[in-house]
Amino acid sequence: MIVVRFAGYGGQGLLTAGLILADAAAVFDKKKVIQTQSYGAEARGGASRSDVIISDEDIVFPKPDHLDILVAMNQLSVDKYSASLADGGTLIADATFVTMVTFPDFYSIPFTKIARERLGREIVANVVALGALVELKGVVSKKAAAGALEQRIPQAALDVNRKALEEGFKAAREAASAREKAVADYDIV
Amino acid sequence: MEKPREFNPSELMHEYLRQKKKFPHIWCSGCGIGTTMGAVIRAIAGCELDRDRVVMVSGIGCSSRMPTYVDFNTLHTTHGRPIAFATGIKLARPELEVIVVTGDGDVAAIGGNHLIHACRRNINLTVVCINNSIYGMTGGQASPTTPQGKIASTARYGDFERAFDLCDLTAGAGAAFVARGAVYYARQIEKLVVQALRKKGFAFVEVVSQCPTYYGRFNKFKSPVEMLYWQRDNTVNVKAAAKTKPEELEGKLLTGVLADRDYPEFTELYDKLIADLAAGEK
Amino acid sequence: MVLMQGNEAITRGALDAGVRFFAGYPITPSTEIAEIMSVELPKVGGKFLQMEDEIGSLAAVIGASLTGLKAMTATSGPGFSLMQENLGYAYMTEVPCLVVNVMRGGPSTGLPTHPSQGDVMQARWGTHGDHPAIVLAPSSVLDCYVLTVRAINLAERFRTPVILLPDEVVAHMREDVTLPEKVDVVDREAPHVPPEWYYPYDDSTTDVAPLAPFGTGFRFHVTGLTHDRAGFATTVPAEVDRAVRNLKRKMDRFRLEIIQVERVHLADAEVVVAAYGICARSAEAAVMQARAQGYRAGFVNMKTIWPFCFKLVERVAESAKAIIVPEMNLGQLVREFDRAVCGRTQVVPISRVDGEAITPRQILDVIAELARPGGTA
Repeated sequence: MIVVRFAGYGGQGLLTAGLILADAAAVFDKKKVIQTQSYGAEARGGASRSDVIISDEDIVFPKPDHLDILVAMNQLSVDKYSASLADGGTLIADATFVTMVTFPDFYSIPFTKIARERLGREIVANVVALGALVELKGVVSKKAAAGALEQRIPQAALDVNRKALEEGFKAAREAASAREKAVADYDIV
Repeated sequence: MEKPREFNPSELMHEYLRQKKKFPHIWCSGCGIGTTMGAVIRAIAGCELDRDRVVMVSGIGCSSRMPTYVDFNTLHTTHGRPIAFATGIKLARPELEVIVVTGDGDVAAIGGNHLIHACRRNINLTVVCINNSIYGMTGGQASPTTPQGKIASTARYGDFERAFDLCDLTAGAGAAFVARGAVYYARQIEKLVVQALRKKGFAFVEVVSQCPTYYGRFNKFKSPVEMLYWQRDNTVNVKAAAKTKPEELEGKLLTGVLADRDYPEFTELYDKLIADLAAGEK
Repeated sequence: MVLMQGNEAITRGALDAGVRFFAGYPITPSTEIAEIMSVELPKVGGKFLQMEDEIGSLAAVIGASLTGLKAMTATSGPGFSLMQENLGYAYMTEVPCLVVNVMRGGPSTGLPTHPSQGDVMQARWGTHGDHPAIVLAPSSVLDCYVLTVRAINLAERFRTPVILLPDEVVAHMREDVTLPEKVDVVDREAPHVPPEWYYPYDDSTTDVAPLAPFGTGFRFHVTGLTHDRAGFATTVPAEVDRAVRNLKRKMDRFRLEIIQVERVHLADAEVVVAAYGICARSAEAAVMQARAQGYRAGFVNMKTIWPFCFKLVERVAESAKAIIVPEMNLGQLVREFDRAVCGRTQVVPISRVDGEAITPRQILDVIAELARPGGTA
C-alpha cells in the first residue's frame, strides 16, 4: 500500500493531479484506490490537499495516519506534513517555492518554474510534479499516467499537459542523477 | 379572444364543489373568500378545463382552505410554500393546469421569497391571492398588506409598517401577467382569472377582499357590506384611471390588468432542452 | 471498474432507480449531486430545478412526487434544518421522496468542508410530531450507489420520505468501484379501484395505501392537517388516533425488512464495535487489527440507522463483554444502545468532533483496554 499526498495552495491543481494519479492506478493499473481531499472555503489560495492510496488489496480505512510520499507545492505544506511522512518515505518539493526541507529523503525540483519557462503555462506545474512523482517512485506506470491524463484533461489543454508530463519525467531523471552524483561525491569524501 | 363558455352559475357550483363531503365550510359570514371561490370556479368552467387535469394548491390560512371544497386534484400545503409545491407539479407535468390559491400573509410574508422567484422563473402557474390585509385564521394579526396605521391584534396602536402593493411587487419581480380585482366586482375577478389561466407564463391575480370578523371589527367597519362599499369607493379601473386626474387617484387601488407581457416560459424551455438533447443537438 | 466519488455514485443510483425529478439548493458538501443531476436528468427526460432555498426545494420535490415521478433532493446540515418543515409534511401526507443529507460539522454553519455525524438524531426527530423514519448510512462509494437505490425503493414501497445520511468523507472520497449491472427497482403501487371508490389513506386491503398520481382522474385531497382515510382534515379523536398510529404501524410491520446491518465476527466476539458511515470503516480496520493481535473482537456496520436494530443489540448484549460505539458527534446513536442494553453489558462511546474521522488506532486502543481481563474503559 502506498499513500501519496499532493499539498499546496488552492488553485495549484492538486485535486486534478490526485485525480489523474487515482485514475491511472484504478482504471489503468487495476489497483485498489481511494482518493480523498481536504480544502478550505477559498477556491483560490487556501490550503488544499489531495490524498491517494494505492493498494493491491482492499483498502478499509480511507484516511491513513502516515504518508509514503508527499508532493509539496509550497513551504507551508512541507512544514505541515513532513512529520506525517513514514520512515523510508519521500518528500518531493517544488523548489520554486520551497526553500527549506526538513526530511532526509527528498527531491527538490522547480515544477512551477519549469511550467512557466518551458511550457509557458504556470498552471501545468501540477502535471509536471505528477510526472516527476511517477518517474521517481513508479507508483503507477507511465502508460497509466498518460492514459489517465487523456481522460481527465479537456481536449484544448491536452497538448501542453502531455508536454508537462514529459517535462516532469525529464526533470525527475535529472534530479535523480544529480542526487546520485552528490551521494557518490559524498562517499568519496 | 375566445369567449368563455356560458353556464348557469348555481348549477355550476354544485357540479364543482365537494358539497357532500366537506360542507359546511369554515369561512365566516360576510367573508370574501367564498365569492372569490365562485369566481375561480366559473373561470375554470369558462375555460373548459378538464377537471382531472386541474390541480389547486394552497398554503395555510383562511383562503388556503379553498382546495378542500373543490372537486379537483387538491393540495393543501405548508405555510407560505404553495408556489414552491406548485412549481414542482408544473415542471414534473406541464400538461396539468396548476392554480395556487393563497392569502396575503401566506404569499407575501412567509412565502414572499417563493413568490418573487416564481415571477422571475416565469413558470406557467396562476396564483390567486385573496388579500384581506390581515391574518384571519390566527385571530387578526397584522400582515404585510395591513395599511400603515390600521389596527390588528398585534398592532393595537396602529401598524407602523408600510403595506406591500402586491401587484407592484410581482410586476417588479417580472411576472408575465399581473391583475387586481375586488370582491365587490365578482364578475371582474372571474374575467381576470380567465385571462390569467390563458396566459402562458406566471400570472398573479390579487383579489382585494374583506375580513369583517377581524379587520372590519378592529378598524370600525360596521358591516361586511360597508367593507364592500369601501372596495367600490377606493378602487379605480386601470382604463378609467388613464383618463382621471392624478390627484383624484391618490390612495386609490388600480384594478384590471396591470401587466401583461411575454417572456419565454420555463417548462417550454425545459422541454425544448430535453428534445434537443435527445436529438443530439446540445 | 471506475473511479467514482460518493456523491456521483448517489446520482448514478438515483438515476438507475428511476429518479426523474430533482430540486435543490447549492450547499457544500452535497453540491456535486445537484450539479450532476442538472446535466444527467434532461438527458433521460427528467427534470432538474434549482430552487430559491431548501424549503422550496423539498416542496417542489413533494409536488413532483404527487404527479407520480420519483423525486429527490440533496443538502447538508443548514439546508437539512430548513427542510424539516416539509419533511414533516411528506411524512404526514405519505408522499415518497428521497432526501440526501451529507453531514458536515455543526451546529449552524459549522464546518462546511469537514465531516461529522451530528445529524443522526435530527434525521430521526428533526421535524415536530410523531412519525417513523427510515435513515440509511453508506460507508463506501459502492454503498452510496446501492443504498440510494434501496432508499428510493423503500420510499416508493412504503409511501414515505427516506433519508440517506452520508458523511462528508464518504460523499467526497473516490474509490474504485464496480457498479452492479442490474438493480431491482420498486415502483409505486397504483390504485386497484376506480376513482369513485378510491381513498388515498385506506390501507385496509393492501400493506400500504396506493397513491394515485395527480392528473389521472382520482381527484383527491392532500393536506398536512391530520386527515381521515379520504384525506380530509379531521379532529374526531378516533380518526386522529388511527391516522397517527397508522404512520408508525406501517413501518413497524416491515421493520425486519427495512433494517440492514452487516455483522462480522460476532459469534465469538467479546468486544463488539458498532458503527455507521465512515466510522464503520475505522471499526472494520480496528477489528481486523485486533483479531490479528489475538483479541476476540467483532463489528457491526449499521447501514440502516433508523429504525434502530434493537433486537440485534439485545442479542449482542447477552454475549459480549462490551459494545463500543464510535461516532463523529458527542454521543447520539449510543443512547439507543444504552436503551437496548439496559445495563446488561458495557456501552462505551468514542466521540470525535474536531472535523476529522475517528481512526482505527483510536478504536483499537479501546478494544485492547476492554479485552484485558477485568478491563474497563
